[in-house]
Amino acid sequence: MTTEATTAPSAHGADAHSDDLPNYLTHERGIRSWMTTLDHKRIGLMYLASIIAAFFMGGVMALLVRTELLFEGRTIMNADTYNQVFTLHGAIMVFLFIIPSIPGALGNFFLPIMLGAKDVAFPKLNLGSFYIYCFGAIFLVVGIAVGHVDTGWTFYTPYSARADNSVIWMTMGVFILGFSSILTGVNFIATVHTMRAPGMNWRRLPLFIWGIYATSVIQVLATPVLAITLLLLTMEKALGIAVFDPAIGGDPVLFQHFFWFYSHPAVYIMILPGMAVVNELIGTFSRRKIFGYMFVAMSSVALALLGFLVWGHHMFTSGMSEYSTMVFSALTFLVAIPSGVKVFNWVATLYQGSISLASPMLYALGFIALFTIGGVTGLFLGTLSVDIHLHDTYFVVAHFHYVMVGGTVFGFLGGLHYWWPKMTGKMYDENWARVAWLLVFTGFNVTFFSQFVLGSQGMPRRYYDYLPRFHNLHMTSSGGAYILGVGFLVMAVMFIKSLRSGEKASENPWGSAGYEWLTTTPPHPHNFHEQPVITRGPYDYHLCTELELFEGHHKDFVASEAE
Amino acid sequence: MATDTHAADAHDDHGHHGPAFLAHHFDSPVQQFDAAKLGIWAFLAQEILFFSGLFVAYALYRTAHPEAFSVGSHLLDWRMGGVNTFVLLVSSFTAAMAVRYAQVGEQKKVTQMLVITIACAFGFMIIKYFEYTHKFHVGFLPGKYFLCPNFNLNAAGVCAEAPSVHGLEELSHAVSTAANAGIGSVVDGVAVNYPFHLRSFFGIYFVMTGVHGLHVLIGIGVMIWIIVRNERGEFSKDFFTPVDLVALYWHLVDLIWIYLFPLLYLID
Repeated sequence: MTTEATTAPSAHGADAHSDDLPNYLTHERGIRSWMTTLDHKRIGLMYLASIIAAFFMGGVMALLVRTELLFEGRTIMNADTYNQVFTLHGAIMVFLFIIPSIPGALGNFFLPIMLGAKDVAFPKLNLGSFYIYCFGAIFLVVGIAVGHVDTGWTFYTPYSARADNSVIWMTMGVFILGFSSILTGVNFIATVHTMRAPGMNWRRLPLFIWGIYATSVIQVLATPVLAITLLLLTMEKALGIAVFDPAIGGDPVLFQHFFWFYSHPAVYIMILPGMAVVNELIGTFSRRKIFGYMFVAMSSVALALLGFLVWGHHMFTSGMSEYSTMVFSALTFLVAIPSGVKVFNWVATLYQGSISLASPMLYALGFIALFTIGGVTGLFLGTLSVDIHLHDTYFVVAHFHYVMVGGTVFGFLGGLHYWWPKMTGKMYDENWARVAWLLVFTGFNVTFFSQFVLGSQGMPRRYYDYLPRFHNLHMTSSGGAYILGVGFLVMAVMFIKSLRSGEKASENPWGSAGYEWLTTTPPHPHNFHEQPVITRGPYDYHLCTELELFEGHHKDFVASEAE
Repeated sequence: MATDTHAADAHDDHGHHGPAFLAHHFDSPVQQFDAAKLGIWAFLAQEILFFSGLFVAYALYRTAHPEAFSVGSHLLDWRMGGVNTFVLLVSSFTAAMAVRYAQVGEQKKVTQMLVITIACAFGFMIIKYFEYTHKFHVGFLPGKYFLCPNFNLNAAGVCAEAPSVHGLEELSHAVSTAANAGIGSVVDGVAVNYPFHLRSFFGIYFVMTGVHGLHVLIGIGVMIWIIVRNERGEFSKDFFTPVDLVALYWHLVDLIWIYLFPLLYLID
């Protein structure tokens, strides 16, 4: 690159030295060094590989579902198989992909680097979390192989209480995955509190860290409730104790309360990390300090707390007192406040920023648009009278896909593009990345916007068949899903090409002020060559040196050593 | 362990400084201690939430079926439960003493205190074992196994072993003590009056005490490991974090039992 050529003479052979510096990918070799690694960066990459595999499996299931729905009646599978396929799509995407995606992969990799720490607080526990995740994933996959799980990802009783015993494999799998999530949360909380570099106060914490930190709090406090719920469900199936199954004296609504007491906060486990990534992207690609930094940080914490108070809005039609539904509805509207704070602050950051539309930024902008649609349609569902009509229709499906895919997956992909050069040391083909973005963005909207219409016209979710008048909309939705699939295929080829023959990435290819760009590419095994001292905020472009922004701080260090 | 040697290597090739107990990624022992302390508290918070689901289920079913819970508590032996409460309280005291001795660097006494703690934990489990086996024999079991001794259901889901006369006597005694005869069922041709949801009570009893017992067993395992490390001389008054952490965990296990005991054994 031209910038390298111009600085090489001034650094007086220091560059030769910089090429010799160890990096985390090559300082140890062999499969064993990966399997037993305590390096958070390697663990992050192992998570990344696992969740991408899960995403692929879940994606194939989604395409099968959409293919079945192309035509009325049977298209490619019978109704039982269809029930299993959408269950697996949901369970894999939620438990194996979205929940661990950003915290497990990007969070693990970048949280310690952005804090200026050498590692997370408990590296062995971190590796343990990863293996627990793998172990849980095996249970889940066995559940798929031996059975016949067609309860939906929610495992509602009495379906799950009456279904065959392969549900037990599935719920035990999710139980184990939960502990992986909890231990990661414990690790990150301790890391953020105690491992910050000198000079890194809470006001200089990158917003990515604030988001992951808020997520960790939810992971620690909500996940155990799901764990005990699934344990009770398993015991109920094994011993016939009456907890959730009405046939033997249990209460199925209790299951829903327990389940959503976790799974609503879990929605914030999914979306907060996506928002966390978007903060970094918006800051970097508009070259501006994030507008209202502290409001954005606190809105993450507020979302984490409010997330615990609104689980009842999943159950407006399940049998609750009118007074509780009113309270839950009112609390649900409160969630719009911190969400709105975030969106407005991002837009305010863009205003008069120096915006570049690099591929990560396209994902960030896509996130803002799609999350806004997802969020606003959430208000429809939080409104009692409207929810009675829309409950369990495609409107709900479209709403949460706008938040989960349009939000979290876009955030994840944006982060993956943004940090790819730092993680792998390779650049990717920007043009193909934009083509992939366009396909994903278009395909996503075609798939799910038609589902809003379907839902408002009364198409129930999870049904195998539909009335003739829904045919065109279902066709459109399936067509969108194929475009989405092609988009991901293009992206996969683009990233594989980057790994095989990508241009070497510089220290700071995007010219970001973020702390993670101060280290070498790929990072040193201990993240930094010397303990960084933080003297400015992560978005203080006006305080950055030219070297920091365009060459990486590390060149400063090499130059000073050479003197 | 492989991971340990790896960590040690990482120390060596990076010019490790500070005392041996200081992990490579921490700057100072104080930072390491603070991180560990915060970590265990976050972990204990999740433990409380984990048990909270059980306590909510308990509260709901006790409200829904008070008669079953009343009879159920009379079928539990409060003397055994009481002894266990005392045993755990002693063990919590000795765990706290182990931390104290670790702080002042008295290595031998740390081991002694932890050995007493583990002995109490085993005592607790032995008493629990007798309570459980008695219930297995007479058939005070959860859900579909209620009044079906030793979980002996045949393939058709019918009990293959009638409850003993002794068991039925115990049941009717509890029912009359609680003055709460409800709708029962016919056992072996004899109508027995007892609250139907007694099976739910035993479901909750076994799950709550079972999950708690599992925590006791895990505690025993961890404390044995801490004793081994203490005997290897890994702890000193500068570094006693693991002793501190296991004691905190143990206090929580103790605390949960202190709630379980009155809620299950002392209903009326």
